[in-house]
Amino acid sequence: MNEATAARPSSEGEAFEPRIVAFVCNWCTYTGADLAGTSRIQMAPNVRIVRLPCTGRIDPLFVVKAFERGADGVIVSGCHPGDCHYTAGNYHARRRFAVFRETLSFLGIDLDRLTFSWVSASEGRKWSEIVNETTARVRELGPFTSYRDLVDEG
Amino acid sequence: MARIGVFVCHCGENIGRTVDCEAVANACGELPGVVHAVDYKYMCSDPGQNLIKEAIAEKNLTGVVVAACSPHMHEKTFRKATEGAGLNPYLCEMTNIREQCSWIHEDRDAATAKAIDLTRFISEKIKRNSPLAPISISLERRALVIGGGISGLQAALDMADGGREVVLVEKQPSIGGHMSRLSETFPTLDCSQCILTPRMVEVHQHPRIKLLTYSEIESVDGYIGNFSVKIRKKARGVDETRCNGCGECQSVCPMKKIPSEFDAGLGNRTAIYVPFPQAVPNIPVIDRENCLRIKGMQKKKAKAACGRCAEACGRDAIDFEQEDTFVTEKVGAIVVATGYQLYSIGKEQTRKGITGYGEYGYGTVPDVIDGMQFERIASASGPSGGEIVRPSDGKVPKRVVFLQCIGSREPSKGIEYCSKLCCMYVAKHTMLYRHKVHDGEAIVFYMDIRAGGKGYDEFVRRAIEEDGAKYIRGRVSSIQREGEKVRLTGFDTLSGEQMEIDADMVVLATAMQAQPGIESLAQKLSVSYDGHGFINEAHPKLRPVDTNTAGVFVAGACQAPRDIPDSVAMASATASKVLGMFSKERLEREPTVAGVDKVTCSGCFHCERACPYGAVERYEVLNRSGEVEKVIAEVNEGVCQGCGSCQVACPSKSIELEGFTDAQIFAAINAL
Repeated sequence: MNEATAARPSSEGEAFEPRIVAFVCNWCTYTGADLAGTSRIQMAPNVRIVRLPCTGRIDPLFVVKAFERGADGVIVSGCHPGDCHYTAGNYHARRRFAVFRETLSFLGIDLDRLTFSWVSASEGRKWSEIVNETTARVRELGPFTSYRDLVDEG
Repeated sequence: MARIGVFVCHCGENIGRTVDCEAVANACGELPGVVHAVDYKYMCSDPGQNLIKEAIAEKNLTGVVVAACSPHMHEKTFRKATEGAGLNPYLCEMTNIREQCSWIHEDRDAATAKAIDLTRFISEKIKRNSPLAPISISLERRALVIGGGISGLQAALDMADGGREVVLVEKQPSIGGHMSRLSETFPTLDCSQCILTPRMVEVHQHPRIKLLTYSEIESVDGYIGNFSVKIRKKARGVDETRCNGCGECQSVCPMKKIPSEFDAGLGNRTAIYVPFPQAVPNIPVIDRENCLRIKGMQKKKAKAACGRCAEACGRDAIDFEQEDTFVTEKVGAIVVATGYQLYSIGKEQTRKGITGYGEYGYGTVPDVIDGMQFERIASASGPSGGEIVRPSDGKVPKRVVFLQCIGSREPSKGIEYCSKLCCMYVAKHTMLYRHKVHDGEAIVFYMDIRAGGKGYDEFVRRAIEEDGAKYIRGRVSSIQREGEKVRLTGFDTLSGEQMEIDADMVVLATAMQAQPGIESLAQKLSVSYDGHGFINEAHPKLRPVDTNTAGVFVAGACQAPRDIPDSVAMASATASKVLGMFSKERLEREPTVAGVDKVTCSGCFHCERACPYGAVERYEVLNRSGEVEKVIAEVNEGVCQGCGSCQVACPSKSIELEGFTDAQIFAAINAL
């Protein structure tokens, strides 16, 4: 665990601020997030974006890894069905994540910690809503500690 | 050992106001592998870029991280600077601390912490970046244009005049498109056919243009520089090589009452017909739905039902048995110029989610017509020879009401966009009408007048001030037949009065829509389209004629509602793009494509099923005696677009997308 993660407020003291990782495609959601920026739409500062070419490139293991490394929530977002820059990558992603949800609950991760959404390049407003909603929801759920607890129990 | 340089940009005050850039640089300077970290006011400026170049030379950097704006904005700029300093451009990456930090957060501490996090991710990722070299691919220097309207004609002519061969495919029997049906054009009121038909002839006679009319795209294979396009030539029923266009067949055809598509249903044509007298090519086509002989053949009647055209033809050109044929063309670039269709006013719609205006009685109340029908009435080549008469009784209408925004800007009917040119053509219609019927009254119902364009607002003012068109701001709620008149009930929003007007004729200015079937063509070409079926451009401002599939360009009204000058400008832009591409012998492209580890690949071909482009090919591994040892996957670098779907599907992780390898992404996640 690096400094920044260690330095965040503990769940006992100050209000808990969740750490959320967003895996987004380069063409729709990343551009939508850029639009939110150019439109100066204010949103919760908890989300860290990892840019990938397509939701089809998002390996479910990325999500597991993010939780393992201290994320409290994860967003996966790409082009709307039919709008994929690469024609069909988001369909692959949709199928993968439909199956993956089962695995995720088997791994002991509350499905409410994961948001899967479609945000187009023109939906800056929608992106900010997804960021805010996910942040609020994960804040409600509290820190994701089950993996860290396992380590502590040794 | 990695030697990373981090460069934090203030973007004037855009970033610096909410992100403590100095703190970001200091924090990043402490990261493992980072040997240099600075902040600067404008990193994209010349002195800013020089900071990067100097640092690469002095500190012998192996990677460059620029924390600034979106990579969509300046990734190219900084990669070029990196390359200028002798470092591989793909060893430079950006962190977006403007759109993702300073512009969307007010809390300085939170924004700064986030900026540090994002930069840390990329600093970890870049340690795993490898230098990449652009891929060189072969190039077929011929172009395909889909659509023979004004956009397609212009694009084809520009490219052919530029010295390249062009294949022009048109689905109708003649080229010319919608423009050939118009009477006069705004804002100059010059005759549409007079400016268009010479271009049509030019295309037909051009030595470098291969014209395929009455043809459609069957399938598209390949990729930029190397497309292979299969084209279906629909059975015309007439041998193009024999026909000399004399027209004898049409004059003897007994089916004379078929509504003419060209005249928007106001005139008639025969079953074997040339759509209009100036058609190019001037070769008739047999309408298989209406030809007695072909209908008889389909019902397997023993006796030939008709055949008068074949008897009349002196050159033995009629062939009832003709079938569709296929040709395959190899081209390096494709221009899509399929144009538009007019919104259908009645209840029947060709697109999902769109409803019609039942309340306007189009098709049931006589003398309620659409804009294209008015064009045909006003046209010298139209069914009335250019005399303004109403369809029901052939009388000259003394009061004509024009309704704008029929379909356009009406979310409740399913179209929220503005069709952009209806304001202009309505003003033109009022002028054409008033110039021919001097004592006639032209009344226009409008929502707003949108006349942005050179000489456009002046044109509308001329219609109002010189030609006396009466403009009423408001909407019409219903149209009914009242004796010989058409009664309109509406509301004037400026005076706040209910209105009832008895008109002789009503013209509805209908919206522009994407062509039916555009989705299936777009899917064949792997280009995206919006919810209305309009083809998406690669970037709305900076790449307006590119699509997101390399080598496929878009021109005219298939991208959005466009008028003639816009369409022509776009078409010439696509031609210049294609000619620019064709100025080289070979093509270079981004190296962010997938590659296969030949040692670990087991040849399961899960990747092949995941690939939307068919880029995965089969590679035979031979043993020393030349026998096939195993068959594994191989990526065709020209076809691969770099989506990475294959990589997730691979069970043995043997296929990796350059620039987004598992090692790179996991390194970023580990830095969380």
